[in-house]
Amino acid sequence: MELKREDVRHVASLARLSLTPEEEEQYRAQLSAILDAVDQLKTLDTSAVEPTSHATLAESLLRPDVPRGPNDTEKLLSNAPARVGTSFAVPRILAGVE
Amino acid sequence: MELTDWSMLELSSKLASKEISSIEATRASLDRIAKIDKKVGAFLKVDAEGALAQAQASDARRAAGKAAGPLDGVPIGLKDIFLTEGLETTCGSKILKGFIPPYDGTVVRLLKEAGLPILGKLNQDEFAMGSSSETSAFFPVHNPYDLTRTPGGSSGGSAAAVAAREAFGSLGTDTGGSIRQPASLTNLVGLKPTYGRVSRYGVIAFASSLDQVGPMTRTVADNAALLQILAVPDPLDSTAAKVPAADYRAELEGGVKGLTLGLPKEYFGQGIDPEVEAAVRAAAELYRKLGANVVEVSLPHTEYALATYYLLAPAECSSNLARYDGVRFGLRAQAPGATKGLKELYSQTREQGFGPEVKRRVMLGTYALSAGYYDAYYLKAQRVRTLIRQDFEKAFSQVDAILSPTSPVPAFGLGEKISDPLAMYLVDSLTLPCNLAGLPGLSMPGGFTRGGLPIGVQLLGKPFDEARLLRIARAFEREHDFISRKPAL
Repeated sequence: MELKREDVRHVASLARLSLTPEEEEQYRAQLSAILDAVDQLKTLDTSAVEPTSHATLAESLLRPDVPRGPNDTEKLLSNAPARVGTSFAVPRILAGVE
Repeated sequence: MELTDWSMLELSSKLASKEISSIEATRASLDRIAKIDKKVGAFLKVDAEGALAQAQASDARRAAGKAAGPLDGVPIGLKDIFLTEGLETTCGSKILKGFIPPYDGTVVRLLKEAGLPILGKLNQDEFAMGSSSETSAFFPVHNPYDLTRTPGGSSGGSAAAVAAREAFGSLGTDTGGSIRQPASLTNLVGLKPTYGRVSRYGVIAFASSLDQVGPMTRTVADNAALLQILAVPDPLDSTAAKVPAADYRAELEGGVKGLTLGLPKEYFGQGIDPEVEAAVRAAAELYRKLGANVVEVSLPHTEYALATYYLLAPAECSSNLARYDGVRFGLRAQAPGATKGLKELYSQTREQGFGPEVKRRVMLGTYALSAGYYDAYYLKAQRVRTLIRQDFEKAFSQVDAILSPTSPVPAFGLGEKISDPLAMYLVDSLTLPCNLAGLPGLSMPGGFTRGGLPIGVQLLGKPFDEARLLRIARAFEREHDFISRKPAL
């Protein structure tokens, strides 16, 4: 599967990565090679096989529905790159709105 | 024999008899780290103050006759993937540089409650993606047995620290072999428990249907003792199993008489180093002499496991790593473009914060999950995963455990495979099928190459059969003295 540069740009946009042109070319070549290798799976007939999404071998655990105290807001915000009061600050989302 | 050469349980008995204090043991570890870690590169962060405070508290408990358990006072190291309250946790990535977790992961809490001083945070491949610890955003780890070679990965720092006697034991994580492969390359016992055996709350996620936490130690009994602390159901992790833990040390000396071990013929194919194969065959022969029945088994879909893994793990990672966006914690891009809008903030932050292997896997996973390709790649891989799981179910109807090489090759040179992703991925080909099936797997010392590099032997078991794997490993360990061959540093 030979990827094109525009395929790489599309995937990078979905993955929220602003790649450099050099990276685009590098990943185009490397991902093409990896996709060629994984194409091996197509040789297997799996039409009658159910997918396995999780290796959960035992019953999963639900905790009792008991209310607990809230997390410490200050602690949770202590790693914020930018904050206003008790909010995380981000660039303006809606253009042209004051 | 120096203090730092003792096993965790040897140290434990000397702490119990008051021959030595935890402060002395912790200082010995810290001194060793200060002396040799520049050469090894195992530690990203040393927490001398924290470790000594924990050691002092441990000594006070022992003095009052209130030891928290057998390993109270035994210092260990933690892979930097575990959240440690107040102690920087980077997961080997620039995007988390300076991140101070607001809470302890469950296993960290359990270790603290059991009284083990935490020496610091251990180097690793970035977000556990890699097989050589070279994708660490900070510096590579060197194999204590040959500093020009890798200790394996992704838990390379966890392996190197224990092999180099900087820590008495450590914790790693294993998504496709990241505990077992480095253990194999550094003469250690590394256990990946059954999926769900150990809580992952507060463990930075890579591929959530595969990740598992486990102990890395120099002896089998140490491994069992450490697993005992970790194997606890956790209401904070819905995938942590309700299955009660066994007493992992009770039957360690039970031997292998009457057990059946399977040699999977597909694990001895092309690409296996002859010295590695010879060591595994010798182990099989020894087990026969000890009374085990050794038979050949077949896991016919083994050749598809690598491709299956390299679709599923990147798909899950692309989703898990979406949280690193520069908003709530970690790096926020300061480039001019990053202030334009939210999408630019995300893209610039991730571009600057992630290294090449992480970007490669995020790209691959995003592609496999994207519209038009989901069925052909992701769903297809999930179907093949079922076939791989069924292979193991069939094999385990005939045998109690599977015996194989851990890594197809001994430690390779730093720089040797880093520019060729497919060559690097091949290193995991014998460890990752076990993760796809959710089974427990263990790597144990199996001898040395003529050139003096450690060789690992892998044991795979039935779900929640860790006690039997440890017992089988112990039966082999009793017959050799590989542990005494310590690295010359």
